[in-house]
Amino acid sequence: MGTTFTLNGKSTTVDVDPQMPLLWVLRDTLEMTGTKFGCGMALCGACTVHINGEATRSCITAISSVAGKKITTIEGLSTDASHPVQKAWIEEDVPQCGYCQSGQIMSAAALLAKKPNPTDADIDDAMSGNICRCGTYQRIRKAIHHAASLQAGK
Amino acid sequence: MLLGIAARRNEVAMATVSCLDRREFLRKSVAGGAGLVIGVYLPGKYEALAGTPPKEPAAINAWVQIAPDDTTTLVIDKSEMGQGINTALAMILADELDLDWKKIKTEFAPAAPVYFNPVFGLQGTGGSTSIRGSWEPLAKTGAAAREMLIATAAKRWNVEPSACHTENSAVVNTASGKRIGYGALVEEAAKLPVPASPKRKDAKDYKYVGKATKRIDSGIKVNGTAPFGIDVRRPKMLHAAVARCPVFGGTVKSFDGTKAKAVRGVKSVVQISTGVAVVADNTWSAMEGRNALQITWDEGPNAKNSSDAIHKLYQGRMEQTGVIARKDGDADAAMGGTAKKVETVYEVPFLAHATMEPMNCTADVRADGCDIYAPTQFQTFAQMTGAKITGLKPEQVRVHTTYLGGGFGRRAELDFIVEAVELSKAAGAPVQVTWSREDDMQHDYYRPAVLVKLWAGLDDKGAPVAWKTRIVGPSIMSRFFPGSVKNGLDDSATEGIATLKYDVPNFLVEYLLTEPGVPVGFWRSVGNSHNGYIAECFVDELAKAAGKDPFEFRRGLLSKDARQRGVLELAAEKAGWSKPLAAGRYRGIAVVESFGSYVAEVAEISIDRKAHTVQVHRVVAAVDCGRHVNPETIRAQIEGGVIYGLTAALKGEITIANGRVEQANFNDYDVVRMNETPQVEVHIVESNDGPGGIGEPGTPPIAPAVCNAIFAATGKPVRRLPIRAEDLA
Repeated sequence: MGTTFTLNGKSTTVDVDPQMPLLWVLRDTLEMTGTKFGCGMALCGACTVHINGEATRSCITAISSVAGKKITTIEGLSTDASHPVQKAWIEEDVPQCGYCQSGQIMSAAALLAKKPNPTDADIDDAMSGNICRCGTYQRIRKAIHHAASLQAGK
Repeated sequence: MLLGIAARRNEVAMATVSCLDRREFLRKSVAGGAGLVIGVYLPGKYEALAGTPPKEPAAINAWVQIAPDDTTTLVIDKSEMGQGINTALAMILADELDLDWKKIKTEFAPAAPVYFNPVFGLQGTGGSTSIRGSWEPLAKTGAAAREMLIATAAKRWNVEPSACHTENSAVVNTASGKRIGYGALVEEAAKLPVPASPKRKDAKDYKYVGKATKRIDSGIKVNGTAPFGIDVRRPKMLHAAVARCPVFGGTVKSFDGTKAKAVRGVKSVVQISTGVAVVADNTWSAMEGRNALQITWDEGPNAKNSSDAIHKLYQGRMEQTGVIARKDGDADAAMGGTAKKVETVYEVPFLAHATMEPMNCTADVRADGCDIYAPTQFQTFAQMTGAKITGLKPEQVRVHTTYLGGGFGRRAELDFIVEAVELSKAAGAPVQVTWSREDDMQHDYYRPAVLVKLWAGLDDKGAPVAWKTRIVGPSIMSRFFPGSVKNGLDDSATEGIATLKYDVPNFLVEYLLTEPGVPVGFWRSVGNSHNGYIAECFVDELAKAAGKDPFEFRRGLLSKDARQRGVLELAAEKAGWSKPLAAGRYRGIAVVESFGSYVAEVAEISIDRKAHTVQVHRVVAAVDCGRHVNPETIRAQIEGGVIYGLTAALKGEITIANGRVEQANFNDYDVVRMNETPQVEVHIVESNDGPGGIGEPGTPPIAPAVCNAIFAATGKPVRRLPIRAEDLA
């Protein structure tokens, strides 16, 4: 018995242990390694994906729970790094080691989808679950404001 | 300086080259085909750093390949762990060789003696050495290649080389405006002798060096395609998780893998040198299988170890006299006659690195060779480790360096490499070992916990005339480079205090190497991370005893060191040190020299005295790292170094009970997050000194700057990290 869901716009079926977290299905079963493992307990945000548009920690999301749902990963955010958040990230020179940035970008994209013009407090609320040990937070904040402008076509 | 140059057959050569000596490099490289490959022989250890002219050529250290389509590949012999080295090296080459920025590719070097770091004599990245070691040789490589390309084009046009110039990966006939792309010249250029002293660009003509340049690797880091170690996927690869004894030094007494083998996806259970491993067809099954293992451990001599026991051990050692790390004048004698004495003890805990990418490694051991795919800071040791475990020759062990999801010193270690190689050897298949966050937190090589006692005597004008420091703590180098520890002295344990710049005529630093039963390792800025904090907080205590402003007090003690004084004054000026603060705000200042760079930071804080919490609002940093490549990288590294050090000041603490690390994940070893991030401003001193390092020097001053701000607010010095509720009353 497989689990079927929509992954980056494509219907996808996997036959794995129903308890297997979505993170490992993505990384090991489907070999889509853009989504990262950081803590396994939803404490760091490195594994963030969108499930039906909501930023969700894939490391604690059993694959059985996503049946029939729409999942977007960093690979599906855009085909050519053209999403306003990705463009802003490059323009603000955000990444250092880059490991957490898939998760940061997915959290930021979900925030901007809901709040096109977020305040600093909105950013604190939406982004404080995403850890960056390189300490790029200041640039992430700036890039989110920048992405909001790009998204608004300013 | 000698230059080696040759043409090369194809892309494969670079990726599969394992252990080239110079002769082999030339032979293989000459083997034919398209492109220009150029390598430069570096002077020996330290000479590149000191900037003295090279004496004897030692090794080829930088390779540049120009393909027929003008694409220029720069082989990066460093580990990129966020510090921006790929970008900086590309900038240096782009300027000297006049490259089209869009046509530069970077590729990580294999492990080979030709890539030895001139500072270490080994291939590795650490100690903020990359730019210091690589700038000159790489620039000369670029300049030599440029001269050869110009000579080739000039010959074709039948003009003098001086009638040509270069731009955007092409040689231009200045009079006619005709251009030939580098790619169309390389075959011929490769046959020319390499100029011994190529003409270097004038700094005023640089388009990249010294100018803020965006990272070359951002594109692949925003779309999920940058290949980290954990992302390596090989045909038929298996995944492994390892159960290690929770007590340091403990071993497996017996185990039962029956339940583990019953987990779906588990292939085998195998004992290796670090513990018991479960091998499966995916990471999650391996981890689930690991949880189902039943293991009896022999916990060994550290089974009863605890933070309290270590503290008592340190206190006992503090009663003894240490070996002398630095001695100016006679501090004991001078102390006697001073008008005012200050005596105090500081303490810091063990800290985990907590890189975002947990430790991992992939190995593929076969009868005829071994491939190691590793996010490593030390390629030479990785190769030697692979050879030792497999019995293969080092040149049969190929090390493929991936991007590193953070390093901070943790990835200079070899434990994750040992496990992957042992597991692949046992499984007869490629194996990736992945550590959980808990594994990473509980089996780290920790930033040393230290206990430090300080004594100072001030004269009747408040000038410190005698200063004594006694440091009790473990030694990183006695494990990592035992040969460097002589008479019980480890410079990495005393740096940050033994390196102080203040004018104190009688100055003594003692060290008591003390083994706590907890493994310690390099942690961003190493000894400076704790000694910088301790020294700079103690200076504020002395300023108070002298009745002086902390900035003015420091300034008065830096008559001999203009660079240290320069950053101190710049940070104070930019932070508005002399101007009044808003109600409820307090400032602290600290300045630390490390890795050849000078950084002063002013922290502005407020304290919620009811909640016993501190908020850091603003950090103003002034940096003098000498002449530099990318100011944008300097800003990013200082911003990041501040956040890394702020976590240590506010939160970081690894404690031991029953021989075990008590913390396991980010719930009990939390780190600074977005909502706690101050505004960090970075001001860079224009300078022709150096160059100095930049990956680490931003970290040491932040803890003392914040603690000194708390001292200003409460009147109580913060003598123990992390900052606790009682410090904020």
